[in-house]
Amino acid sequence: MSSQSQAVAATVKGERKKTRALSPVTFLREITKHWAFYAMILPGLLFLIIFNYLPMFGVVIAFKDYNPVAGIWESKWIGLKNFEFFFKSDAMWRVTLNTISYNLLIMFLVTSISILFAILLQETGGRYRSSIYKSLMLLPFFLSWIVGDYIVYALLNPDQGLLNQIRELFGYEAIDWYGEPSYWRIIMPLAYLLKNVGYTSVIYVAAITGISSDYYEAAEIDGASKLQKARFITIPLLIPVVIILSLLSLGKIFNGGLGDWSAFYTLPRESGILFSSTDVIDTYVFRALKGVSDIGMSSAVGFYQAIVGLVMVLATNYLVKKYDSESSLF
Amino acid sequence: MIELQKSGFMLGQMPKLVINLVFIVYSLLCILPIVLVLSISLTDESSLMSDGYHLIPKLFSTYGYDYIISGTSTILNAYKVTIIVTLVGAFSSLLVTSLMGYALSRTELKYRGQISFIIFFTILFNGGLAPYYILVTRYLHLKDTLLILILALLFSPVNVLIMRNFFKEVPGSIIESARIDGSGEFRTFFRIVLPVSTPVLATIGLFSSVGYWNDWFTCALFIENNKLYNLQYLLQALMSNLDYLQSNAAASKSLENAIGVLPGESARMATCILSIGPIILLYPLLQKYFVKGLTLGAVKS
Repeated sequence: MSSQSQAVAATVKGERKKTRALSPVTFLREITKHWAFYAMILPGLLFLIIFNYLPMFGVVIAFKDYNPVAGIWESKWIGLKNFEFFFKSDAMWRVTLNTISYNLLIMFLVTSISILFAILLQETGGRYRSSIYKSLMLLPFFLSWIVGDYIVYALLNPDQGLLNQIRELFGYEAIDWYGEPSYWRIIMPLAYLLKNVGYTSVIYVAAITGISSDYYEAAEIDGASKLQKARFITIPLLIPVVIILSLLSLGKIFNGGLGDWSAFYTLPRESGILFSSTDVIDTYVFRALKGVSDIGMSSAVGFYQAIVGLVMVLATNYLVKKYDSESSLF
Repeated sequence: MIELQKSGFMLGQMPKLVINLVFIVYSLLCILPIVLVLSISLTDESSLMSDGYHLIPKLFSTYGYDYIISGTSTILNAYKVTIIVTLVGAFSSLLVTSLMGYALSRTELKYRGQISFIIFFTILFNGGLAPYYILVTRYLHLKDTLLILILALLFSPVNVLIMRNFFKEVPGSIIESARIDGSGEFRTFFRIVLPVSTPVLATIGLFSSVGYWNDWFTCALFIENNKLYNLQYLLQALMSNLDYLQSNAAASKSLENAIGVLPGESARMATCILSIGPIILLYPLLQKYFVKGLTLGAVKS
């Protein structure tokens, strides 16, 4: 979301004033002087340390033979053994490629369709109409992927599902949707589009509303058509928003358990037949943890995921910075 | 981007009718699936088996809903869990994030840059699922507790940063004058700053409520005691065991023991409808604040 992206970008840029060395004296003086504010920060900071920073030290489990009784520190080091199975299996390529290709495809489709919708929403010929469309389009965003699973099942259930009912009505064969991986290469992106396009469109509508009307008035005087306005004013001015949103979602792709990956877990219903087209890194990690209870392998794959994700975000940010230092994240 | 410019190229010639048609079709695509689920939940079980699913019930029956309301305590229990966790969670989350966001928006704090960076870094990197799982189960001993369902979603780095940016806009003069009147920082925050910040509070509050309401993942990770199942996870359990159960009598027995009588297709869909009921009811409010909050964030820059 746009406010998200600005919030994040503003954090890192222009916020880091040079502070003098962190001497205990200045530290104590600062804390006592503004004790109330630091007390306000404390609960959140504690949370951050416990739930976000402590697990970071836990990445050492990836290199250990984890023994629940002994705990993390007492378990034996075993080097790269945990990684071996994953790196030698076909699964590694499968889940990595699936993760990257699905995410890039979905990101591209959601972004382009949302911008198109946002521009078209200005052209419906009535504010009232536009706001009705907006509310209806937003609805899927508020539903969980579990509900999504129920909906997909109602549509695709091979015997009673609506799609096969319709196919039979027109004299086609029923299709076993849950038995054929190749269909899911289309089903998954469609499900994501339906859930997110409405929401992202609303963000871009908000961003378009934020564009100064002076530009459009000036274009009006020069006799620009609607299409020229969209092409030379709206789209170029939306690019920074697009970049920041994309950077953030890139970061989320490999952010174990934080990204929006649950669809890949719930919609195909953990069906092994479909893994070739629906298994992504997150589902693999989750299954290794819950299904087979292989904590060592799960954390090794999780570690691999975190590293790949960090590299991707840094690389993309570097490229963006090279071409347009204004829109980079940091 | 090239495709976009093509679409822009067509914009000039596209009559309003076509544009409206596009949105009408898309809006229907967003709503009809929910109508389908609603229709299944109101159809007689035997009719579902013989006629399949339809957008309008072939043979109307409220059996699914009767079954839930009269029947198993598990579903009502899951409701209770979800409601408690959502209320307590959203409130605590709002309290913690707004306090932190406000403090970080005050320019007199020397370390606010560093603390903001500590928050931001967690968006980029985390330890992954396995260490988190071990931390919660082995070191915090929060497995099978209501508390973990609340704590897992309580702190959101992004929300703190949004709040901080909002509080920056609060005029410093009112805070200053409160200080001169001898009001403490906490009192100023609760009495003066919060009341003028309702838009951001509503937006973030709704976000985190929806997050809590729809959370199944925490439950899947840490909850084994079926008395603590929340609605979404119960739905998932009902659904994911379905095919397996139909082929396996012993397994269906064991699940029956765990969650009472096995609901049929219509009862399952009814559970699903009941789980989105509150969202649909609150929807007008939800989306109003949501759109407002987004616009707020966008124009602020």
